[in-house]
Amino acid sequence: MAQPTVNTWEEFMEGVWRQNPVFVMVLGMCPTLAVTVSAMNALSMGVATTFVLICSCALVSLTRRFTPKEVRIAVYIVIIATFVTAVDYAIQAISLALYDALGAFIQLIVVNCIILGRAEAHAAKNPPLPAMINAAGMGLGFTIGLLALGTVREIFGAGSLFGFTLFGEGFQPWVVMVLPPGGFFVLGSWLLLFAALERRKQRKLAEVQGAPKNV
Amino acid sequence: MTIEIRSAPHIKSTTSVEQIMRHVVWSLLPVCAFYVYQYGLSALASMVVVTASCLATERLFVKTGTQSGDIRDFSAVITGLLLALSLPPGFPLWMGVVAGFVAIAMGKALFGGIGFNVFNPALVGRAFAQAAFPQAIASYTPSFLPGRFYEMIPSSMAFPLMQPADVSEWLKLKHLDALAGATPLAKWKFEGVLASAEELVTSLSGHMAVGPSPALILVCGIYLAFRRHLDWRIPAAILGCAGLTAWLLFAFSPERYPNPFFMLFSGGLILGAIYMATDMATSPVTPKGMWVYGALIGLLTVVIRYYSGLPEGVMYAILLGNAATPLIEKITQPTPFGKSALARLGQAKRGASYALHPGYISREDAGAVTPKKRFLRNKPKPNERPGEREP
Amino acid sequence: MSAETLVPDTTPTVAMIRTLGLISAICGLIIVGAYQFTYDAVQENKRIAVERGVFKVIPQARSIVEYFALPDGKLEKVGAGGTASAGSAANTGTASTGSLKFYAGYDDSGQLAGIAAEGAAKGYADYVRILFAFDPAKNSVSGFSVVSARETPGIGDKITKDKDFLANFPLEAKLSADATALAHEIKTVKHGSKTNPWEVDAISGATITSRAVGKAINETAQALLPRIAPHLDQMKEK
Repeated sequence: MAQPTVNTWEEFMEGVWRQNPVFVMVLGMCPTLAVTVSAMNALSMGVATTFVLICSCALVSLTRRFTPKEVRIAVYIVIIATFVTAVDYAIQAISLALYDALGAFIQLIVVNCIILGRAEAHAAKNPPLPAMINAAGMGLGFTIGLLALGTVREIFGAGSLFGFTLFGEGFQPWVVMVLPPGGFFVLGSWLLLFAALERRKQRKLAEVQGAPKNV
Repeated sequence: MTIEIRSAPHIKSTTSVEQIMRHVVWSLLPVCAFYVYQYGLSALASMVVVTASCLATERLFVKTGTQSGDIRDFSAVITGLLLALSLPPGFPLWMGVVAGFVAIAMGKALFGGIGFNVFNPALVGRAFAQAAFPQAIASYTPSFLPGRFYEMIPSSMAFPLMQPADVSEWLKLKHLDALAGATPLAKWKFEGVLASAEELVTSLSGHMAVGPSPALILVCGIYLAFRRHLDWRIPAAILGCAGLTAWLLFAFSPERYPNPFFMLFSGGLILGAIYMATDMATSPVTPKGMWVYGALIGLLTVVIRYYSGLPEGVMYAILLGNAATPLIEKITQPTPFGKSALARLGQAKRGASYALHPGYISREDAGAVTPKKRFLRNKPKPNERPGEREP
Repeated sequence: MSAETLVPDTTPTVAMIRTLGLISAICGLIIVGAYQFTYDAVQENKRIAVERGVFKVIPQARSIVEYFALPDGKLEKVGAGGTASAGSAANTGTASTGSLKFYAGYDDSGQLAGIAAEGAAKGYADYVRILFAFDPAKNSVSGFSVVSARETPGIGDKITKDKDFLANFPLEAKLSADATALAHEIKTVKHGSKTNPWEVDAISGATITSRAVGKAINETAQALLPRIAPHLDQMKEK
């Protein structure tokens, strides 16, 4: 238990790419689909989740030796809910418009399974620093995933990116992109792309090794 | 009398998918020609562009091997033509390209190509266009405008990704008021104006914003049904159920609801009932199932038209019917020959994978049968090494 | 080791309670800290949001005063630049009496420029909440802005952009002779059939949302204006 990780970079990149919560693990779909109407919303949601993820993983990791396993889930939820509440206040203080745009999904970070999953699977078994690094990686991966959806949906749905108009006055918005079905379409397209890339990589790998790919 | 004992498939024939599809395309040509006669250059451009988009997408997916089938089987042409017929004639061409791409990519290729699709591809494309561009898809222009063969409707030529020009200005120049552009259904729903029967059937009288002529589609449909390229039960059930529901409501409250005739001949009900709902891959194969399926679509159309915020409901009704098809097929399995309903009650149902009653293949004529499915024709590729293929 | 294999590894209840208590205490501290730290900024943000909304519908306004119109016909002024405690006291008062909140906007010279109030009515997707401005000098509703709406983009949201629809304003909202209700009910009519100054001409294709706007204005105006009318003179100046 509590083995220091061999490679911090590997640990960090785990969440960003290889175990990306959106594209590989397909976790936390509720905010992914709901708040990615614009790139700004997606980024804010990603940052808020990352903050909660890092802080709660740190606290979970710090208290891991005193936490009896019978009550660990309760402890995790209380910790996560605390930081979500803090984030909730912080966003209200920063911008009410953003707070209205994100709506109930800030509070719903509590039940985002990425965070509970990280707390249970990683933070509870590792010292604070690796836990935080891993959490930061996951958070960054989640943010990248949200941004990937948010940018596409904003470009097509509003003709702008981070609020900057891209195509000029007469742009025809694709209304479907800012409606819930648009979230599914874009997510599906991204998943398709990543699956295709993965398959191609494996085929290349098989070619290099000279062995037939056998799943 | 001789009794043959065989297992499915029972009848073999020479009728191929290509042949059926080619017949459907031929039967669509008069409808398209009249549509072009009604709306002129823009309608022609829309049809060509949308069909080209469908064909290009089909080719792309067939090439990359993600979709089975063959570009030469005409099914993409049908999708393109039907999609173009269901869109307004002045629909911006770039949106038509998007709709055509979505129709084939999302409606067909994602499921694995011809025969595997769950929803009618043309309607998937139209549903996407409806959701993405609700304004453009609702702006019809009147038919039989003077000079329609020399100039395009201005909204057609919108620059890609840009909003189409406002047609009402252009109509004012032609001394028509902006409201002339509303479809009869929209007029009824939002203004309470009921179009007369003759106008609807022939769509010949001046400047009515209607789609393709229902009467012509009906004639073409009868030809197809006669040649057994579509099953008459589905259109009959749809039109019958829609007409009956509309008639009941009309009898209940004539001032609130339009007459059933208006229900049947306005909008895209006839086009949908004859060409879209009868798509072989997405409708039930059992005779009883076809009646249920058609009745469901007819009922849903009336409900959506009368009680929802949308003026037209055929598209969603058929898509919902498509979604219900597997379930309908499951509950309407005919009893295999020799197994009475009584006998079946006693024992656990041993479902045949598909129906065994000779009547179930109603789409093919006597000397014909199950279309030979030629899946994965382009796979494996000759240059592909056998070891690489997935098990 | 052998003891562990024999006796199931259980944690004493006291330890569980202790841990939970400790964690809860830490978390409580964090939450209180965050609340205290952000309180001022949040209040300031809320005030700015309200002001911005009111200034949008009453363009001449430079400052606002918040009022409650009580059911007994009295007006209650709420902390314009006053302390937060005054505001919270009034807030507690609202819940029980069902009084109506409105904002009076004053221009540069301290004259009453308009009155803003919120209204809500069921639209196509959800309640459409709007803030509309009443001009007491002209007895008309001079304009509105959307507070929150989930109408279909491209159709329902035309209410803020459609030129013909915005041309409905100013909209007549005169009180009847006995000053208990509006002289003419504000009503949304079909596109192109507006004949009276108190009717709202609906947007063709977005009738339901248009109707919601008309209904929201009508309901609030019917309830609020009779209560305000007797006090207009004393509100004239700040």
